[in-house]
Amino acid sequence: MDIPILKQGNCLIASVQPALTDTGLLQLQENLLMLTSKYRSHGVIIDVTVLDVIDSFTSRTLRDTVYMLKLRGAEAVIVGIQPDMAFALVQLGITLEGVKTALDLEEGLALLER
Amino acid sequence: MAEKERQLLPTVAQPVLDGKNLELLREWVVRLGTRHTELHEDWVRRITANKLLTSMTKEEIHDETTTIYERWVSILEEGSYQALHTYIQSLSAWIIPREVAPHEMIGLMLILRDVFGKTLLEGYLSDFDLLSRMLDAYEPVANGIINTVVASFIQEREHVTQRLQRAVHELSTPVLQIRDRLLLAPIIGGLDAERARQLTNQLLHAIRDYRAKVVVIDVTGVPSLDSRAANYLVQTVAAARLLGASVIVTGMAPVTAQTLVNLGVDVNSMHTVGDLQGGIEEASRLLTKDHPGG
Repeated sequence: MDIPILKQGNCLIASVQPALTDTGLLQLQENLLMLTSKYRSHGVIIDVTVLDVIDSFTSRTLRDTVYMLKLRGAEAVIVGIQPDMAFALVQLGITLEGVKTALDLEEGLALLER
Repeated sequence: MAEKERQLLPTVAQPVLDGKNLELLREWVVRLGTRHTELHEDWVRRITANKLLTSMTKEEIHDETTTIYERWVSILEEGSYQALHTYIQSLSAWIIPREVAPHEMIGLMLILRDVFGKTLLEGYLSDFDLLSRMLDAYEPVANGIINTVVASFIQEREHVTQRLQRAVHELSTPVLQIRDRLLLAPIIGGLDAERARQLTNQLLHAIRDYRAKVVVIDVTGVPSLDSRAANYLVQTVAAARLLGASVIVTGMAPVTAQTLVNLGVDVNSMHTVGDLQGGIEEASRLLTKDHPGG
């Protein structure tokens, strides 16, 4: 299932859908890289609000995506991690080191503007 | 009240009384017939001699123990656990408001068991075989009663303690919004692992609900931190970051600082300020920097 990616000015916004598959996630990675090139976007928001769980594959792939986008000159922010999930991630030792995070879409965009 | 009653009978192995043993016990109780007053008084005398229930007068002890005595006898007569169930209920109605200590509770019951046991010896000493059968019938019942009563007693005290703890926990980890985007979590008292977990949970949900950018956790009122609570604190800081909020810890006591360093906590991961006032000022600075003009 393709994850919808919206363009807002200089930014791309990708909202992850429920029941995210590993394939879907990798597809998202590809699409984001392609679209940041096409639109010459400076910022990317990946909204994971609807995700109940983030396993190690998902977190690794998200982190890789952020780094890849950086290499293409775009800054990425992950938004919408829920309180329970945040704690679960930390307890599992998944720190998302080096990845910018924000509370929600609004905060994410504010972060990118700075 | 209903909740208390429901939980009061823990599963303790119930002795099985066959028909013959039951009859023997009943016969014996009938033979005791007129001696009840004497036995009850003997029991009370021994209670006082053993320095139990010292806060009560002899008359009070006598009155209060009457129900227990009568119930004991009726269980021996009926051999039924329904009788035991109502017994325990009336017992807890008696002991809970009077704050009887565990050793007093246990002591009481053991002495009562002995008082009755002694009458067996007195009554059946001439027929050793019969005495043996009587004891075989009596001992499991007496021990079963005491076991169940004590277990219920302990369980009830644990329930009360847990209820109190929960109440204290709920009262004691408030998370307050003191400014737009700024939360304050003042902690008073010892922070054990359970409380720390609760605080973390409340804090993270509050960050989302209030859309906080900065959280000040003040531990001025915390005398010490055990390693599990310290770990929770560190994890809370990391989790808050994932929600886009930064955490400032203020008021750390010297011994707490030592604990954290000894735990190998990465001190760079924690933003700390000496006192609460300084922490709030720092938080305000962070907020203005991020959102110039409020």
